[in-house]
Amino acid sequence: MTTPSLWRDLRRFTTARVGLGRVGHAQPTAAHLDFQEAHARARDAVWSALDMPALTAVLGGHVVAVRSQAEDRRAYLLRPDLGRRLHAEDRDALAAKAMPGCVALVVADGLCATGVQAQAPALAAALRERLAADGWVLAPPVVATQARVALGDEIGAALGAAAVVMMIGERPGLSALDSVGIYLTWAPRPGRTDAERNCISNIRPAGLGVQEAARKAAWLLAAARRLGATGVALKDESPNTPALPSS
Amino acid sequence: MAFAQVVGGTRYLFPDLRSLMARATPPRSGDVLAGVAAASAAERVAAQRALADLPLRHFLNEAVVPYEQDEVTRLFLDGHDATAFAPVAHLTVGGFRDWLLAEADSAALAALAPGLTPEMVAAVSKICRLQDLVSIAAKCRVVTRFRNTIGLPGTLSIRLQPNDPVDDPKGVAAQILDGLLLGAGDAVIGVNPATDNVDNLCRLLAMLDALRERFAIPTQSCVLAHVTTTMLAIERGAPVDLVFQSIGGTEATNASFGVSLSLLREAREAALALRRGTLGDNLMYFETGQGSALSAEAHHGCDQQTIEARTYAVARAFSPLLVNSVVGFIGPEYLFDGKQITRAGLEDHFCGKLLGLPMGVDVCYTNHAEADQDDMDALLTLLGVAGVTYVMGVPGADDVMLAYQSTSFHDGLYARAVLGKRPAPEFAAWLERMGIAERTPERLPAAMAGALA
Repeated sequence: MTTPSLWRDLRRFTTARVGLGRVGHAQPTAAHLDFQEAHARARDAVWSALDMPALTAVLGGHVVAVRSQAEDRRAYLLRPDLGRRLHAEDRDALAAKAMPGCVALVVADGLCATGVQAQAPALAAALRERLAADGWVLAPPVVATQARVALGDEIGAALGAAAVVMMIGERPGLSALDSVGIYLTWAPRPGRTDAERNCISNIRPAGLGVQEAARKAAWLLAAARRLGATGVALKDESPNTPALPSS
Repeated sequence: MAFAQVVGGTRYLFPDLRSLMARATPPRSGDVLAGVAAASAAERVAAQRALADLPLRHFLNEAVVPYEQDEVTRLFLDGHDATAFAPVAHLTVGGFRDWLLAEADSAALAALAPGLTPEMVAAVSKICRLQDLVSIAAKCRVVTRFRNTIGLPGTLSIRLQPNDPVDDPKGVAAQILDGLLLGAGDAVIGVNPATDNVDNLCRLLAMLDALRERFAIPTQSCVLAHVTTTMLAIERGAPVDLVFQSIGGTEATNASFGVSLSLLREAREAALALRRGTLGDNLMYFETGQGSALSAEAHHGCDQQTIEARTYAVARAFSPLLVNSVVGFIGPEYLFDGKQITRAGLEDHFCGKLLGLPMGVDVCYTNHAEADQDDMDALLTLLGVAGVTYVMGVPGADDVMLAYQSTSFHDGLYARAVLGKRPAPEFAAWLERMGIAERTPERLPAAMAGALA
C-alpha cells in the first residue's frame, strides 16, 4: 500500500524521495521503478558520446576536435590521469592554431556527454557574446572527448591562451542528469591544480541558467585579468541577479 | 626486508613489506592506478603465500610508512600493547587466520584488539575470502554509548542522513520525519552540510537539537562539518553532540584533510567538556574510505586497503561512537565495480572490528561505477550477517545533495527483518512509545506535524 497523505505531507518540503510508502519492508513497485529509471538514465548519460557532426554544426565551422589519451570510456573511467593528457597528434594540431593572449573555449564530454550536447551550444553562444563584448580575443572553439577538467590546461597552453574556459559534463545524479560545469583557469599549463581554478557548477534547465552562468564566467574572467590568477585567491563576488526562470 | 616466493616455477621477489602487502591485495582499480598492484594472478598468489608465512611480530619491526616520517605509524607502534598481543605473538599471518577462524571467541577478540596493529589486520584480510571476513567479524563485539547503546548483539543501527542541497531546515526536517517513521536514526541523525561555515552549522545544530528534544528521541545528532568549524560552533555555545571528521591512514592524508592527531584531541576535549552524553562519552564520529590517500598523493607507495586499515588506528585513539567507511563513494578509478566495492566493504568492516571499532559501512555507489541496487543488496546482506554496527538511511537510497546512492530507510527495515535484528534498545523503546515500531502510519502523526510548521 502507498501512503499518499504522508507523501503530500512530506514531499512539499523536499525533492528527496520521502513518503514512498512501504510494501512489507520494501518500496512499492512504482517507487522502485522510478528509481530504476533514474539510475538507468544516469548510467546511459555516463556512457554516452558526443555527436560530433551535430555539435560542430551548431558551434560553427571552425571547431577543432581533440582527444585525450584515454582511448575509450572504460579507460577514461579507470585512468583519470590519461583523461588529463592530450593525444600527441592533437597537441601538434592545436599548436598550429596558437593565438597568444586569447581565451580558449573548450566543450568537453566529461562524465555526461548528453548534458553537454544539450547545453553547450547555447552556453558557448552566450559566453562568446559576453567575452567578445569585454574585449577578449576568442580562439576557435575546441571540442574535447574523453576529457577531464585538467585537459584544458594542455589545450590552453598549446593555444598560448591567457585563460581557458572549460564547459564539461558533470557526473550525473539521479535527479540531475544534464548538468554542465564551467571551469576557468588563468594562464593554463600542465600541472595547474584544482585550487587554481574557479568553478561554476549545476548549469542545467532546472539549475543555473546559461545566461546567468555566462554572466558569472565573464565577471570571473575580468577579475582574473586584474588579479592575474584564478582559484582560491579569486572569490566570486559577482552581483546576484534576481532568480528568474532559466533561459 | 625483501621476500621471495616460487609459484609455478617462477620466483617472485618483493623488495619490502609495502610491496609484499600491495601485491598480495585482491584486485582493485586504485592499486593499478597507483602502480602497486600485482602484474599477474600468479604474482598475487605468490605474494599471498609469502605474506601467510610472515610472523606477526615482523609488523612491529617494519612499517609500510616509515616511523620517522609519519605520526600515524608512531601512534600505533608506540601504543602497541604487548600483553594483549601475547596470545598470538607466536603466529604467522596464515596461522593467525586459522586461529581467528577456529579458536577466537568474542572475549578473546576484544582482549586482543589493543595488541593488533592495523598492518597485521590488513595482512590477514588479504588472505581471507569473503566468508572469512564475515564469520570472523561476526564474532567481534564492540559497544559504544552516548545517549543510547550501539553495537549490542542482535541490533543493527541506522544513521539517518537527511541531506538537503541548500541546507533548508524544512527539507532536512521532512527527511528526518520520514526516516523516524521507518525506524531509522538510532546511530545518529547526521547531516552533511552543503555549506561548511559556522553560521550554517550553528543553525542546523540548533534545529536538530530542538527536534530531538521535542520528541525526546534517545539518539544523538551531528552536522558533518570540518572539525575546525565544529570547534568554532562549540565556542559559540552550539549544541554539539558528536564531533565529525574525515580521516586517513597517513599523516600526509590527514594534512590534506586539514587535520592532525593533536587537532583531533583538542576537538574531542572541547566536546567532552560539554557533557552532553547521558549514557557514555563516546562522541567522535569518523568517516574513512579506501583511495583517499592516493587521491591526496599521500599513500607512500602502499596499497589502498592497507592505508585504510591504518586509518582505523587513528580512529581507535579517540574512542569513537561511530566509524564508517564510505566504501563506494570515491569512484571507479579506485573501486571499479560491484565486486570490488563488495570486497572492500567487507574488508573495511572486518579490519575495523578486529581493531575494536564500532564499525559501520556506507553501502553506496556513484553513477559512474559499474554497480547497481543488486550489488548494494548483496553487500548490505553480507554486512548484516557479519554484524555491521550500522548502515546509512537515505530517503529512497538517493542522496539529493551528495548525488550518490546509499542504503534507504527501507533497506534498513529489510536488513533488520531478514536478519532478526532490532534497533538500539533505547531507540526501539521510543519507537514503541510513538506507535511506529511495527508499521509506518499513513499520515504524519499529529505530534510530529508541528515540526514542519
